Amino acid sequence: MKTVKRTIGTMALAATMILTVSCKDGNKEEAAAPMSNEMHQESMDDKDDMAMSDNQDVKAEAILKDYFNLKDALVDDDNGKAKELGNTLAQSLKAFDASDYSDNEKSELNDIIEDATEHAEHISESDIAHQREHFKVLSKDITDMVAITGTATKLYEQYCPMYDGGTAWLSKEENVLNPYYGSSMLRCGKVQREIN
Amino acid sequence: MKFLKIIAWVALIALIVIQFFPVDKNESYTTLETDFMMVNKVPLDIENQLKVSCYDCHSNNTAYPWYSKIQPAGWFLENHIKEGKAELNFNEWSNYSDRRKKSKLRSIIKQVESGEMPMNSYTLMHQRAILDSLATEKVLHYMSKIILEN
Repeated sequence: MKTVKRTIGTMALAATMILTVSCKDGNKEEAAAPMSNEMHQESMDDKDDMAMSDNQDVKAEAILKDYFNLKDALVDDDNGKAKELGNTLAQSLKAFDASDYSDNEKSELNDIIEDATEHAEHISESDIAHQREHFKVLSKDITDMVAITGTATKLYEQYCPMYDGGTAWLSKEENVLNPYYGSSMLRCGKVQREIN
Repeated sequence: MKFLKIIAWVALIALIVIQFFPVDKNESYTTLETDFMMVNKVPLDIENQLKVSCYDCHSNNTAYPWYSKIQPAGWFLENHIKEGKAELNFNEWSNYSDRRKKSKLRSIIKQVESGEMPMNSYTLMHQRAILDSLATEKVLHYMSKIILEN
C-alpha cells in the first residue's frame, strides 16, 4: 500500500515538473520569435538605404504580390500554406515605409499597415475559418492602401454577397475564384470594380 | 524504486525552487482617459459585464485569483494576460486608430459570437465572467452599435 501511495505521489510530482518545463519552453519560443523578426526587418531596412525613394512603389507591389499568393492559398483551402504566406505578408507590410507620402496619406497608410500587419500575423497562426475572417478585413486594408499607393497591375475588386453579409477581395484575374469558400463554393461572386 | 525516489525528490525541489520566481503583476490602479469606458458612453450594465468578463486580461489591471501566487500557475496567467493585452487593451482604446478600433470591434463581436471569448480556461475559474445568452446579446448589440459610430 505504501509503495502504491509513493508511486502515485511521484507521478503527480513528475507531471507537475513536466508541465513546468513545457510552460517554460513555450515562453522561450515566444521570446525568440520577435527577435528574429527584428533581425529580418533590419536587413530589409539596410536594403532601402541603398535605393531610397525609387522603391516606394516596389514595396506596395511586394505587399500586393504576397496578398495575392495568400488569396490563392485560401482559394485552394490550404491552411498550412496560408499560414506561411500570412507570415510573409506580415514581413513585407512591416518593411513598408510611408515617409515619402504627404502627411495625410502617411498617417492613413500607417494606420492601414498597422491594422493589416495584425491581420496577416493572425492568419499565420489560425485555422482556415479564422484566416478567412481576417482576410476579409485585410482585403479592405489592402484595397485602401492601393487607393493611395496605386499599382502598375490591373486589379479586379470582386464581391461575394454570401460571405459574412457581403465581402470583397482583390484579384489580378477577372475570373472569380472565391477565397472565402474555396472548393465548397469556388465560383460565388462577381467583379464589382476594376482598378486601373 | 530508488530511481523513482530520486525523481520525486528532484520534482519536489524544482517545485519549491520555482516559487522563488514570481511574476510582475499586471496592476496600475489609475483610470486612464484613453479607456474604452471613458471614450464611449457605455451603459452601466455593459460596463460591469465587460469589466468582469474581459478586463482581467484585456486591461492594465488584473484581479488576481489566489492561485496566481503559486508557480507555475502564475506564469501561465502572466502569459495569458500578456497575450490578451497585446491583442486588445481596453485601457488604451482611444490610442487605436479608427481603422483599428473597427477591426478590434469586429474581432470582439466574432469572438463573443462564437463563444471563443471569454476563454473556457478562464471562465472555469471565474463563473461570473460567463456571458449567458442575454448578456451575449447585449454585448453584441452594443459593439455593433459602436462600429457604426466609429
